[in-house]
Amino acid sequence: MKVATLACRVVEHQWVSARYKYLRLSCPAPLARHTAAGQFFQLACPVSEAQAPFLRRPMSVYGIGPEEDRIEFLYHVKGIGTRALERLRAGDALTVTGPLGTGFAFSPDWKRVLLVARGVGLATMAPLVPLAARAGVAITAVLSARAPGELMTQEFLRGAPASVHAVFDSDGSSAVERVEPLLRNLLDAERPDRVYTCGSNRLLALLQKLGAHGEVALEQQMACAMGVCLSCVRLFNEEGEKVFRRVCCEGPVFPLGAVAGEVQFG
Amino acid sequence: MVDPQVDLGVKIGSLMLKNPVMPASGCFAHEYAQAMDLGRLGALVTKSVTPKRRIGNPVPRVAETDAGMLNSIGIPSSGLLYYVDKILPHYVGVPAPLVASVSADTAEEFAAACEALSVPGVSAIEANISCPNIEADGRAFAMSPKDTHRAISEIKRHARVPIWAKLTPNVADIAEIARAAEDAGADALVVANTLLGMAIDPETRKPKLGNVMGGLSGPAIRPVIVRMVFQCARAVRIPVIGCGGILSAGHAVEHLLAGATAVQVGTASFLDPAAMLGIIDGLAAYCERHGVARIAELTGSVRIDPGLTDRWLRLAQQSG
Repeated sequence: MKVATLACRVVEHQWVSARYKYLRLSCPAPLARHTAAGQFFQLACPVSEAQAPFLRRPMSVYGIGPEEDRIEFLYHVKGIGTRALERLRAGDALTVTGPLGTGFAFSPDWKRVLLVARGVGLATMAPLVPLAARAGVAITAVLSARAPGELMTQEFLRGAPASVHAVFDSDGSSAVERVEPLLRNLLDAERPDRVYTCGSNRLLALLQKLGAHGEVALEQQMACAMGVCLSCVRLFNEEGEKVFRRVCCEGPVFPLGAVAGEVQFG
Repeated sequence: MVDPQVDLGVKIGSLMLKNPVMPASGCFAHEYAQAMDLGRLGALVTKSVTPKRRIGNPVPRVAETDAGMLNSIGIPSSGLLYYVDKILPHYVGVPAPLVASVSADTAEEFAAACEALSVPGVSAIEANISCPNIEADGRAFAMSPKDTHRAISEIKRHARVPIWAKLTPNVADIAEIARAAEDAGADALVVANTLLGMAIDPETRKPKLGNVMGGLSGPAIRPVIVRMVFQCARAVRIPVIGCGGILSAGHAVEHLLAGATAVQVGTASFLDPAAMLGIIDGLAAYCERHGVARIAELTGSVRIDPGLTDRWLRLAQQSG
């Protein structure tokens, strides 16, 4: 079966900053072989006396392999689900369902890619880094975070060479009016074959405004994560028509230009 | 795998099912073929289709609750033609009868839709006269015996396949609705849809659903629905299909003992897309463990001691 529910084992689980945690799993199947950059898994966060998450938590894969039974996640400890997940220790069991969704398109023939990430959005794009590095495709990264201590450049690149531009809320460099000229210059000067982004509606809107050609990984509240329940829709422009697409299976990766704004109806 | 020694087959009117486990409408689509062999299911129940195109409700459409979830999807639908042309072909060759769930705004539209869906490949129609999200303030046909009777009668005059009436639990007297559906000619009852609910985020003061109110599902509602299955099964002669909070084979057995002939599994599939297969295997194991040769024997076989209350009262009087 293409999608499996598997009882995995926690191999490593540690904090990488004050709010983010790294999780490495060993799976009873060669999941690494079947998982692509941009895909995600549903995690059955453990129920405890303190937390009882009911639904699974969709989480994009942060690392794939190198052993064929290993997958990794990098997540923001934030709500009921991630606070429950955070308590797992090495050796504990964790049930996951996946791999799910449609990942990023990538070609080893490209010369350069531009990755624009904000916050934990970098975890979703991180699997693109080794793909590009192995293929000899140059990487430019614009990384946006609250403050320098939260940037996680090393976690993102994991030793791969890249030209990094860091911007922060703490010094105002992440403001849209300051990021706009930076991105405009990079697009003009470097002519990346593809731009990827995740983690910020403002950066998405900016890249759309600049006419960037590429892909965005989106988020939405979901239940089934397989295209069945129709919860996780977002609005898109396709051939002059407004259409709803399911983030879980038609995405989470979509063409940059198709996303219709950042309208939240809730 | 299912033990061939145990007969898991059940009969819903004229329809034979190889086992009593099927999906709940709205919680199943062909995408699940990526996670399981659909042919192992007792039946397939597709998401409600409406005569008119509908875009569905604003997001967020789901919210987690204690031991369950709220949803207000709003039945997005591409219409009947799309359903027949694009959805039905996904199930050609799957060795399980297909039940098409239908929803509509009026009894006449319901009847016309059921007529249009009485086509090869559709073994029965589930008339969703209960979805709480369709009409203003969550009202639905199945909230009144009169509207239920009118809708089902009209549908029965036009449909050429068996009709299952899906009831809403948002009523004072479910047995009265069950009898109205039976009187109108329903071939089976599905008990029940979601319980109307609401959740608010205390931090933002906003409702957790875009549509404000929505349907509660999951284990949180199981005792309520098992009680309703029990009441409906006592009130009618047609088969009752239990639907509410089933996560495991034990939960399915609970519904069967209360009076259900078959069960529908919804929210559990969102936690594990292959959950229904585990429940089928678990039912076979249960039957084997309890020496049950035919699972149909379980229907309504809850062991209630009819004299218990009398004996209790007598004892209380003696001691008093």
